[in-house]
This record gives sequence, C-alpha cells and structure tokens, in this order.
Amino acid sequence: MKPFTLKILLSVGVILAALVWMMPTFYNIWPHKKINLGLDLQGGMHLVLEVQSVKAVETEVERTIQEIKRQLREDEVKHFGISRQNDNSILAKFEGEKDKSGFETLLSKYYKNLVIDSTELENNISTYILKLPGDEIDEIKKMASRQALETIRNRIDEFGVSEPDIRIQGENRILLQLPGIKDPERAKGLIGKTAQLTFQLVDDDADMAAAMNGSVPAGDEILYQEKQDTASGSTTKIPFLIQKRVLLDGSLLTNARVEFDQYQQPQVGIEFDRQGAKLFDRITGENIHKRLAIILDKTVYSAPVIQDRIAGGKAVITGNFTLNEAKDLAIALRAGSLPAPVTIIEERTVGPTLGADSIRMGIFSAIVGGLLVALFMAAYYKKAGLIADLALIVNIILIGGGLAAFQATLTLPGIAGIILTIGMAVDANVLIFERIREELRTGKTGLASIHAGFEKASLTILDANVTTLIAAAVLYQFGTGPIKGFAVTLSLGIIASLFTALVLSKLIFDILLMNKPSLKLSI
Amino acid sequence: MEFVKPDINIDFMGKQKIGFILSAVLILISIGSLIVHKGPNYGIDFAGGTLIQIKFSEQVAIDKIRDGITNIGLKDASIQKFGHDIDHEYLIRTGKSEMTSSGLSQSLSEAVKASTGIVPEIRRVEMVGPQVGEDLRNKALLAIFYTLLFITIYISARFENKFLISGVVAGSIMAVVYFLSVFNAGITVLIAAALVVSLIVFWIFKFKYAIGAIVALLHDVTITVGIFSIFNLDFSLPVIAALLTIIGYSLNDTIIVFDRIRENIKGSKPTDSLPIIFNRSINETLSRTILTSGTTLIVVFALYFLGGEIIHNFAFAMLVGIAVGTYSSIFVASPIVLAVEKK
Repeated sequence: MKPFTLKILLSVGVILAALVWMMPTFYNIWPHKKINLGLDLQGGMHLVLEVQSVKAVETEVERTIQEIKRQLREDEVKHFGISRQNDNSILAKFEGEKDKSGFETLLSKYYKNLVIDSTELENNISTYILKLPGDEIDEIKKMASRQALETIRNRIDEFGVSEPDIRIQGENRILLQLPGIKDPERAKGLIGKTAQLTFQLVDDDADMAAAMNGSVPAGDEILYQEKQDTASGSTTKIPFLIQKRVLLDGSLLTNARVEFDQYQQPQVGIEFDRQGAKLFDRITGENIHKRLAIILDKTVYSAPVIQDRIAGGKAVITGNFTLNEAKDLAIALRAGSLPAPVTIIEERTVGPTLGADSIRMGIFSAIVGGLLVALFMAAYYKKAGLIADLALIVNIILIGGGLAAFQATLTLPGIAGIILTIGMAVDANVLIFERIREELRTGKTGLASIHAGFEKASLTILDANVTTLIAAAVLYQFGTGPIKGFAVTLSLGIIASLFTALVLSKLIFDILLMNKPSLKLSI
Repeated sequence: MEFVKPDINIDFMGKQKIGFILSAVLILISIGSLIVHKGPNYGIDFAGGTLIQIKFSEQVAIDKIRDGITNIGLKDASIQKFGHDIDHEYLIRTGKSEMTSSGLSQSLSEAVKASTGIVPEIRRVEMVGPQVGEDLRNKALLAIFYTLLFITIYISARFENKFLISGVVAGSIMAVVYFLSVFNAGITVLIAAALVVSLIVFWIFKFKYAIGAIVALLHDVTITVGIFSIFNLDFSLPVIAALLTIIGYSLNDTIIVFDRIRENIKGSKPTDSLPIIFNRSINETLSRTILTSGTTLIVVFALYFLGGEIIHNFAFAMLVGIAVGTYSSIFVASPIVLAVEKK
C-alpha cells in the first residue's frame, strides 16, 4: 500500500505546485512570478542592430593620424601628408633624411603598435604605409559592440522602458526586446542616433565655390546644415566648409538637458567637465571672430561666430527642435555617443491592440478546441473519457505552472502549442483505453485489463512522445522569440501529458477499482 | 461508442499499389509546383523585406492606400486585405528592407493619412534585412536537418536494438556533413547528402523501420511544402515550426504502428505471412489512429478558424501535415518496411 500513498502524494503535490505557480498570473500573490508574455502578445518592439564596427576602426585610425600630426608639429617635423587609406592603413610622406628620422623616432617612441607595411623612397620622398595589427582591429571592433551595448542600455534606461532585454548576439549584433513600448518610432530614432558631437572650426578663408566644384582644400570637408521651412515643410541644405580637425567632442560632457530660448523654442544645453571647460575656454579664446561649428553626426547644427572667450564650459545646441527631439538629443548626449553607427537589420513591432486580440483569439480557440475534444472523449469512452478529460485539465494547469516556474515566455505560437497539446494529450489516453478495450475483449476482468492495458501502452507512449520532444528541443535551439515559445509549450505539454496519462490516469483507475476488483468498466 | 469495429480487417497491404501511386502523384505535383514557382514562396522572414499591418476605423479604398504609398516610393508594394471585412485591416508588403534608423512606418502612416484622410493604426511592423533573412533560412534548414538526424538515430537505436551501429550511422552522417562543409557546400546540399547517406547506410544494415520512417517523413514534408507552393502561401518561421511538429507528429503515428508490427511479429505463428501480420497490426491500431488524428484535427481546425489571421498559415500547415502524416504511417512507412523485410 505504501508506494500507492506515495504516488497519490506525489501527484497531488505536483498539481498543487503547478496551481501555486499559476496563481500570480491572475492575482498578485506569492510567489509573484507571472507568466511572461512575449512581445507578440503584450505588444512591443524587437530590434536587431548591427554595429558598423569597421567605422570604429576608421575613427581610431583618424584619431591616431590627428595625434601623430599634433606630435609632429610639436617636434617641428614637417610631413608631406598623412592620410587614411580606404583599407584603414595610414599613408605618410616625408621629404629628406631629417624629417624621416624624426618621424621614425616618434614611431618607435609612441607608436610601437603600428606595423610598418611598406616603405618606399623616391626623389628624396619617403612613403610609409602603416597598419594597425589584426588583433588590435579585432579588439577595437569587439569594444565597439560592447560600448554600443552599454550606451544603448543607458539610453533605453533614460527613455523609460520597463524590463528591456538588451544583449549582444554574435560578433557585432545587438538584440533589443522592448515590451509595451508606446512610441516605437521615437525609440528607434533614439537608439539609432550615433550622437557624435564635435566642435570644429569653419574654414572661412577658403573658396567655397571652388570647394563645391570639387577642389576641397586639404584638411577640410563639406558638411551641411539642414534648415526646415516651417511653412512648406521642405528642407534646404546649406553647405559649410569645415576643418577636419576636431577641437572638442562630446566625450567630455557631464550633462545635457532641454532648455528654452527667449522664443520658447526648445534647445539643448550642454555642460563640459573641468577638462572640457578648460579646452572650451582655450579654443574660444584662440579663435575669436572665427565661426565654431557645432556638429552632430556629420550635420552642422549651428556655426556661431565666437565673440569672446567663453569660460564655465557651457554651450547650447539650437536647431529648430521639437520638444521630443530636444529631449531625445539630450538623452543621447548624456548617455554618450555610439562608438560606431548602427543599422537596424531586423525589426518586429506589435501594437498593444493586436497583442490583446491575439491573446483573446488564441484563448478562445483553445477553449473551443478543448471543449470539443473533452465532449468527444466523454461521449466515446463514457466514464473513462471523463478521466481523460480530468487529465486534460490537469495537463493545462501543469503547462501554465511550468511556464511560470521556469519563467518561460508565452507567445502566440506558444498558445498554438498548447492547443496542439490538447489534441495530442488525449492520444496517450486513447492508446491506453484502446488497449484496455482490446484486453477486455479477450475476456479479462476489468482490473486485469487495466493493468495489461497500461503496461502494454506505456512503452509505446514513451517512444511516440520522445520523437516530438526531439523536434521541440531542436526548435528551441534554432528558433527565435515566438518560435522558442512554441517549443517550450510543446515540450511542457508532452512532459505533462506523459505524467497525466501514465501516472495520474492510472492512479484514478486504481483508486476507483481498489475495493471492487470485479467492477464492470465504463469504457 | 466505437467508430472502428474490433473485427475490422482491411487489406491495407493489398492496396499498397494504390497508395504508392497516390503518393507518387502528390510528390510529383509538389515538386512540379516548386519548380514552376522557383522554390518555396519565402515570406519576409526568409526573403527579407518589410511588412506593415494597418487598421482603419472605417472603410477605405485600396486604391487610396496605394496612392499614398506610391508617393513615398513604394510602388512595388503589395496591399492585401487582412482578416474580416469589418476589421478594415490591410497588409502592406515590400521587398525593400529599410535599414536606416528612421522608420518606414512613420512616413507610411503620414502618407496613408494624406491620401485616405483617416489616421491608420499601425498594428504590426516586421522588417527583416537581407542578411538576417539568409541567416534565418539557413537556421531553419539546419533545424530540419538536425531534427531528422536525431530522430533517425533514435529510431535506429530504439527499433533495431543496434545502438552501436546507429552510432556508426550518426558518425558517418556527421562525417559527410563535415566533409561537405569544408568545401562550403550549401545547406540544401548538406541536407540532401545527409539523407542519401543515411538511407544508404540503413539499406546496408537492413534498418527496415528506420528507412520506412525516414521515407514517410520526407513524403510528409515534401507534400506539405508542395501544397503551400500550390496555394502560393508564404513560408514563414511559424510554418517551419509547423513542419518540425509535423515531423514529430507523423513519426509518433508511424512508431505506434511499428510497435504493433514488432509485437505481432514476435507473437506470430509460423503460418502467418508477413502481409497478414502487417495488416493485422494496422487494423488493430486503426481505431487509435483515427481517434487521435481526429482530436488533433478538431483543435487545429479550431485554431485555423478562430485563432486569428496571424496564426493562419501555421494552422494550415498543421492541418495538411496531420492528414498526410496519418496517411503515410499506413500507406508509406509500413509497406516500405514490408518490402525491405521480404528481400
């Protein structure tokens, strides 16, 4: 009798545990873990971003070139051009022995990491091709992805999304799951903004017209300011000839916030840290009456003439912002710039009303399907059918409890998995009942038939379910979001139906027949 | 209640010619349709592109929507009514995938508002870049491949009781896959090669049950994919999930018949011929086969008609797969085992 009592305790325990796990989904009580709803059910945005990590390498090479040029100036070494090639190598030219050895001293002192790919001497001009070593490039790329992840996480936190899921996927992809997001377009704009803020001088000495015709002076580039006409809505692009040298960038910011000018037009006020403030003070002092362009992501926002030295390290970015644009820019500047631009390579957004519809329709079809199957089982197998129906209800409770306990995510395909399980769960009972009927036909008593039926059907049931479990496991491994949800409910359903058919149904039969071994079965 | 009388004795094995002809015709039509349509009709999950589902508060003319989206350069986009008439919902699909951060849906919403005069509700946006589409396609194929591989190993181990040899089978399939992947063979080639190798190995070792099961699975998957191609339905991630479930389900059916065949062979009299044993086994399990397929079909029908438009293709694939899978356990898997056994 003992193992029997143990079985009862076990079964009741499992069912109670499942019920307890399921409760918080409907009432806010212990253990407080609700069934997670996937983005397709609660609404939200799924994004995969690709970090253009090559751009981070470009930036690093450019930075190195600027640094080399600065040090050469300090050492009074003249160069005949140092520039970045398309393959991210550095091309440097020097005339004469003195400048050449000056450059080589600098290299051996500060730039040991640079690999000299080739050197060439022609007409007293030495040409160097320098490269970053491969492992360093890999490291820069990896860092770019990691930094981008951190930055985006900060931006999302400031934007205010509850329970975002942000993680690196593969080498240079970032996966974002933003449940319940209200304004997906705005979030996308904020996430995708590189937010590289730089202060660069406008080259007012050069010939603008000639530059527009293609002869851009060395060390300059053409950048545009976008002006939107509020009346017609059309944008005009105003070109600026900007010196490539970056005097100050957004990395030294301590704060950025939305302010309003005297016309109540939103603008973004920024504050530099001590070092930044000192630099800003020096730059403005050295360049009085020149135009200092404030550039964000290669777009000129404004280029005011410096009237006087500006101490205190404060500046404003103006640019006909809407309030939300100004807010988002402030968030992006506070959270820091992305080390490299990102592109959205996959997006799946589900509006909250569609998610609610999906839940409603999913549950409705589950109820209809379940009721039809339950009615059928009761009609076909009479009282034994009712046992199968009870097993079916327990099955669904177990799936729900399992979802909550393992903190798995329920998705729309996941609901389909539950519905499918309803159809397939009765299979185990059908197999057993058919066997019992066969045994009864051979003239065995009810009890003997039940024992023989369960015994013969058990192995078949196991075999048959393992194959579906294999398919579900592979699906889980290879699937993304919603499909994983399907794999989870399908697996839970199979395991639950093994339990309900092999343990629970058997137990109920045993209890019913315990004291009346000669009872005529209703099957 | 009983649908199938206990003394039923249908001569399934005697009708295997009809079954083979029917299967051959279905498979030929499927492959033919796939050739005519130049492969499966990949949805945006696999082909890349953008899908936007919009809902209006009242009736709008499709032409008006088209005017709007033509204005933002989406001339080649397809517009399709979605769900019931009273919902005023539409699906807009384009092969383009907008890779910038500034979204397509914003401009689309404004353009449609301008052309129809009604602010649409954007209910769903799915954008898959071409690279992601290719990744997903490879992943899906790999998933089908691994499912078949693991199931093959499981059946050969379980049914032939030759664990060592099934290990050899698994090893040789893995070796072939590795060898081909060294040469950068496409995933389609990998899967085809792996299947051919496993069938050959099974043949050598006389793994009759495994051969029967695998052929039945290929039969089911081919016909389901073929029917999708004939009706020009989209192949999406959920459809792949449905295919894998069909593989599991169809095998479930097949195994139950096989189990009975094995049991009956063990307990058979010397006078019983193999076709008689096979027929008896199928007839004995027929009631169960019909009942389980019936209950599963009931719920999948419920899902198909009531589950909403998004899950429609998934439910359709399941409907086809369950029907074909049930048929194949009786008319494909078992006759093949019999044929190999007779040799």
